[in-house]
Amino acid sequence: MSDRVSIKIPRPLYVRLQQVIGGESGFSSPTDFIVFVLRDLVGTLEPERTGELSDDELVAVRKKLENLGYL
Amino acid sequence: MIKAHGGRLISRIANDAEQERWRAELPNLKHVTVNARELSDVAMIATGAMSPLEGFMERRDYEHVCEHGRLANGLPWTIPITLAVSSEMIAAENISIDDTVALQGEDGTVYAIMEIADIYKVDKDHEAQSVLKTTDTAHPGVAYLQKTGDTCLGGRITMLQRPANIEFEDFRLDPRETRFLFKEKGWDTIAAFQTRNPIHRAHEYLQKCALELVDALLIHPIMGETKSDDIPADVRLECYNALLKGYYPAGRVAMSILPAAMRYAGPREAVFHAIVRKNYGCTHFIVGRDHAGVGGYYGTYDAHHIFKEFEALEIGITPLFFDHAFFCNSCNNMASQKTCPHDSDQHVFLSGTRIRDMLSNGESLPAEFTRPEISEILQRHYSNETTSVSS
Repeated sequence: MSDRVSIKIPRPLYVRLQQVIGGESGFSSPTDFIVFVLRDLVGTLEPERTGELSDDELVAVRKKLENLGYL
Repeated sequence: MIKAHGGRLISRIANDAEQERWRAELPNLKHVTVNARELSDVAMIATGAMSPLEGFMERRDYEHVCEHGRLANGLPWTIPITLAVSSEMIAAENISIDDTVALQGEDGTVYAIMEIADIYKVDKDHEAQSVLKTTDTAHPGVAYLQKTGDTCLGGRITMLQRPANIEFEDFRLDPRETRFLFKEKGWDTIAAFQTRNPIHRAHEYLQKCALELVDALLIHPIMGETKSDDIPADVRLECYNALLKGYYPAGRVAMSILPAAMRYAGPREAVFHAIVRKNYGCTHFIVGRDHAGVGGYYGTYDAHHIFKEFEALEIGITPLFFDHAFFCNSCNNMASQKTCPHDSDQHVFLSGTRIRDMLSNGESLPAEFTRPEISEILQRHYSNETTSVSS
C-alpha cells in the first residue's frame, strides 16, 4: 500500500500555488507546500500541551526543591 | 514571569495515553539510533528548554539558522538542532517522509518517537563555516560534524522516556520546575551563569557582580557531552556544592544542571545559551570572555558582539557582558580590565596547562585564583587520575 494518497484541489488554486512557490520559497512543488501548510495547521488544531505542572507533579517538584534546600 | 522563546513553553513529553499508544506501536515502528548529543537534544526539546522547537529541524529552519542565525519564521536561533543519519541507513530502513519512527539510544532503549516531516542532505563544511566559523577538524564541533551522517531527519518528537542521568538526578530541574521555583521564591529577576568548568574566583566575581543587580542567581552548569579533557561532571558538581555552601547567600542562589551538549560554537552558542536560559525563566544571562569558545577560533569578545546582530526584544533575555576578571595584587581585590589600572604583572593568572600541572603535582592553587575547597577537590581528582594512568 502506498504511503501517499491523492487529494483534489481546484486547478486555478494549483496554478496559483505553482506561481507563488516558483521563486525562492524553498518549496520544490505545490505538493510540498500543501503538506507543509497542512502539517502546520493540524499541529495548531491538536490539543495544546502546556508547560503547567499537574497537581501530582507540583507535589513532587515542591518536595524536590525542599530537598535541595531551595524552598 | 518572562515568556519562553517564541511565546510558549513547549512540552513534548508523552502523557499516559500517548505512552500506552506508542509503547503498543513500538514493535511496528522503524528504529533510528541516536547518539549521546542527539539524545540530550531530545530531552532538551521535550522539556521545553529549546522552545519553540518541537523536534529536530527541518530543512527550511536548518538553512535559515546556518545562513541567518534565525529560524525560518525569523525568530533568533543560532545553532542547528539536527538528527543526522547516513543515507545508507535511510535506504536500508526504507525511512520516508510521514513515517513515525522510534528513536533509540546506543543502549537500545527507545526514548522517543519522531514524526518524520523532512529528509534532507546537509553540506557539513558549509554548516561548520557558518556556525562554527571554521572547517578545521581540530575544532571539536567540526570533528563531531565529520563523524555524523550526511542526511538529516526533521520532525516533531514525543519523549517516552527521559535519558537516565541518575548521578545528577536531584540537581536536574526542567524549565517548568525552575519557573515554579522562581515564582515560589518571589524572584522577578534571575541571572543565569553557564559553565562547563569548576568555578574559580574570577567566575565567582562575575556571578556576585550580577547578584548585586538581580534578585537571584541560577548556576546552570552544562552536564551533557563535553570534551574528553574537560573536568568530569561529578568533580565539577562537587566543586559547585562546596562553593555554594561556603560563599553564597543560600536564599538567593540555586543550582541546576543543564543536560545539553557543548557545541563549542563560541559566539553563536552564547546566543543559544541565552535563549535556553530564557526558557528556564531567567531574565539575565552572564556572558564572559570567550564564551563557549575553544582554542583560538574566536575573538575574546566575539560572544559579546554577536548580540548586536539582534534586537534586544527579540532575544528577550538581557545579556550581562563581563570583561576578563582576575585578582589584582595591587588592588588587593578582584577586578577586571574595566576597573583595574595596574599592569598585567600584578594580575594573578594561570593558564589551563599551568593549573593542570600544579594540581597533578599535588600543589594547591593560589587562594587568589581559586577557593581552597575547590583546589582541594581538584587536587584529589588529578591525583586519582595520575594514579590510574600510572597503574
